[in-house]
Amino acid sequence: MAQAHNSNDRAGLPPKAELEALVALALDEAKRQGAGSAEAGVSVDVGLSVNVRKGEVDTLQHQRDRSLGVTVYFGTRKGSASSSDFRRESVLETVRAACSIARHTSEDPAQGLADPELLAKDVPDLDLFHPWALSAEEAIAIARECEAAALGADPRIVNSDGADVSTHMGMRVYGNSHGFLGGYAASRHGLSCVVVGKDGDEMQRDYWYTTSRVAELLESAVSVGKRAAERTVRRLNARRLPTQKVPVLYAPEVARGLLGHFIGAISGGALYRKASFLLDTLGKPVFPEFVDIEERPHIPRGLGSAPFDAEGVATRDRHLVKGGVLQGYVLSSYSARKLGMQTTGNAGGVHNLSIRPGELDFAGLLKEMGRGLVVTELMGQGVNGVTGDYSRGASGFWVENGELAYPVQEITVAGNLKQMFANLRAVGNDVDTRGNILTGSLLLEGMTVAGE
Amino acid sequence: MDTKTVDNGLELARAHILTPAGLTDNDLDRVFGQLMAPGVDAADLFFQLTRHEGWVLEDGIIKEGSRSLDQGVGVRAISGEQTGFAYSDEIILPALLEASGAAKAIAKSGDSRRVQAWQRGTGLQLYRPINPLQSLPDEDKIALLKMVDAEARRLDPRVEQVIVSLAAVHDVMVVANSDGRINGDVRPLVRLNVSVIAAANGRRENGSSGGGGRFGYEYFLEGDRWRTYAHEAVRQALLNLEAVDAPAGTMPVVLGPGWPGVLLHEAIGHGLEGDFNRKGTSAFTGRVGERVASPLCTIVDDGTLNQRRGSLNIDDEGTPTQCTTLIEKGVLKGYMQDTLNARLMGVAATGNGRRESYAHLPMPRMTNTYMLAGPHDPQEIIRSVKKGLYAVNFGGGQVDITSGKFVFSASEAYLIEDGKVTRPVKGATLIGSGPDVLTRVSMVGNDLQLDAGVGTCGKDGQRLPVGVGQPTLKIDAMTVGGTQA
Repeated sequence: MAQAHNSNDRAGLPPKAELEALVALALDEAKRQGAGSAEAGVSVDVGLSVNVRKGEVDTLQHQRDRSLGVTVYFGTRKGSASSSDFRRESVLETVRAACSIARHTSEDPAQGLADPELLAKDVPDLDLFHPWALSAEEAIAIARECEAAALGADPRIVNSDGADVSTHMGMRVYGNSHGFLGGYAASRHGLSCVVVGKDGDEMQRDYWYTTSRVAELLESAVSVGKRAAERTVRRLNARRLPTQKVPVLYAPEVARGLLGHFIGAISGGALYRKASFLLDTLGKPVFPEFVDIEERPHIPRGLGSAPFDAEGVATRDRHLVKGGVLQGYVLSSYSARKLGMQTTGNAGGVHNLSIRPGELDFAGLLKEMGRGLVVTELMGQGVNGVTGDYSRGASGFWVENGELAYPVQEITVAGNLKQMFANLRAVGNDVDTRGNILTGSLLLEGMTVAGE
Repeated sequence: MDTKTVDNGLELARAHILTPAGLTDNDLDRVFGQLMAPGVDAADLFFQLTRHEGWVLEDGIIKEGSRSLDQGVGVRAISGEQTGFAYSDEIILPALLEASGAAKAIAKSGDSRRVQAWQRGTGLQLYRPINPLQSLPDEDKIALLKMVDAEARRLDPRVEQVIVSLAAVHDVMVVANSDGRINGDVRPLVRLNVSVIAAANGRRENGSSGGGGRFGYEYFLEGDRWRTYAHEAVRQALLNLEAVDAPAGTMPVVLGPGWPGVLLHEAIGHGLEGDFNRKGTSAFTGRVGERVASPLCTIVDDGTLNQRRGSLNIDDEGTPTQCTTLIEKGVLKGYMQDTLNARLMGVAATGNGRRESYAHLPMPRMTNTYMLAGPHDPQEIIRSVKKGLYAVNFGGGQVDITSGKFVFSASEAYLIEDGKVTRPVKGATLIGSGPDVLTRVSMVGNDLQLDAGVGTCGKDGQRLPVGVGQPTLKIDAMTVGGTQA
């Protein structure tokens, strides 16, 4: 792939000191306006993305986004405002807007900044910033190579939605009136490809992508293109299935979503509102005994890595699930106070969550399952976070005798998440590392598949 | 409405955005002079200033409030099928010139062109150019939230949790095209949502309701409209407490009027957007003139409905919106187009060029998509079903454009047994095939309704307000994704 340049190259990003000064300006103004405490965050993101379709450039986009967010507290009344305008007058106006909001919100003892002793004392360098000095011409060349590999992979690949190459870098700074001021830069690059296959009247499309903080670690353009083509062709001649109860194997790219539902259900916001199907499960089994789920926020170059959370609270390694038993919730200062607990450093979400891989690879899991459904794509939002009721559109493959038999589509998979978690039979070692949630395939017992 | 008011929309928008930035027609000439490099066929500048506010009541108190201000300009240059795009959140001449330099890099070669004299574009007058954030004093917004909360809690002791949110957007845009047209619009949008959780006998269930459109907050006070939202949310939550597991399998499905029109949005709407058809990636590609639905089905996309959430006086390229017939008596008539895809397909733009903001590229998007009323009495439709599902409320949906498979998720549904609506069932996803599902429509009600004004559509990561609607309709066979096989 194209070469990345040394990490001092911050072309397009303002100096950190400039953003720190904006945060300081906002905090000073909040104090001047009479706020008892305040917090402010500033971010700048710049990027380049190209889409090449059928060998020609379709779009070439230059991105540059800025945002300033301010929250003020008068007693325990809170007000927030944001703006994309960094001029001094606008910063002051944004603070004043937040203050005017706080005149109307209610006293709420759970509100306020994170407790000072929990704030990050230092900001570890997590090696997140690797800018890619990528010219538009180079990006176009990579996208062309990727798409060509897909279009040339199989005669049934007849059309394309194109290949995308993108590079983004950003800098964010957060500060509050406890004296915390921290910031860091991060990069993220990606390459993806979507192609269309045809057989008779039937058309299918599928995609593949790679993403990393470091350009050299991206999967090669040819490999991404070929996998997009393979995934598309293997979906052709899809059938439906009779309605039945069968085991379901979630491929890693969709298994991530199941863990996302788990995180949603143990998040403070859902818990204090009693809007979760996992209420009062702390210290109780949620998964079978073999399941361990960890959060590791400081993995160098990790896509979910963060030295501190959205409130400046230090992030730390921990087990969310050990031996199948829930070890902790996912809390911000606010939700923690509502629950009479302490923040877990998860304001803004989780950081590099992983479920411990098992012994079997994907092929091994197919053998273990014997007969059932592999899901590779899910559709729709049919998940009820209050009850755990789950019903989503799906496509994938029917499995007979431990092997893929044929592609299937226009079916649904349904169950209840609480039961589905308890029914987890195996975790694969085919871990998909392209995100904040790292998991292999997940094999679940007894779900309802609806079809013909 | 007279054209004078229309001009006011543009003049207001100019006064909000261009005048404070000190940008004159001469400056625009200068930007286009740089942008219209050899090989650039068309270009546009999209100026936008958006103010947003949101208020949230929870636990009986006003918990959150926020205001935001976002402004910027998007610069687009088009050369053949290729688009170059850059944007700036500073509306100043140097930033415009820099963005223009980046956007025009797309062009390879060709003739240089000059912009003709600026001419005002035309547009509709579907809503008033107000700032809805100022349509009520802040105190009254708070009082409104508290009234909804009190009403929901008063209705039933099983109501445990009530969340009420109120939001308004004041969106001002000016778009200048390289063909010399300049057009502008001031777009108010408000929304009120109430969500409740009811608990009984160890079960907890939610219900939600809301509404909105392109007017001020006073809409929610008219005729105690806010009260109906509270009632509806509570009714749904209590009903869900009684719901049994949904059936699984293929069966007749009757869809209620209004919001279930999300069926049309997913099953055929996206598949009829011009970009997918120009690229040949839609299951509907090349099928204009073919029968894709039963003769009972006539479906339109109409951006011209007064004050609707999905309506626009002009789209984001400055084209006036229109009512576009997508399917007439079952036959596919045409696609929804922005200017780029219309030009490449050799048809007229239909006023469907929309973008989330100045920082996003326009593409063909829906406005208000609905099916016209048919001949049948809704009761007669239900009586015609021996065993099936009656679904009256939905969450969201999704479609795979290429295979045509789509889903939408019922949030309120009942069993139909021997022609009667019987027990409520839990939410379930319905799945079907876009080019096929409407051929199975055997009855269409005479009760067309549009949704209450809370719909948001996502495409390529861009979210936009839209509307849907339909009469009661019967689909002879559709797959219902419950758990009871």
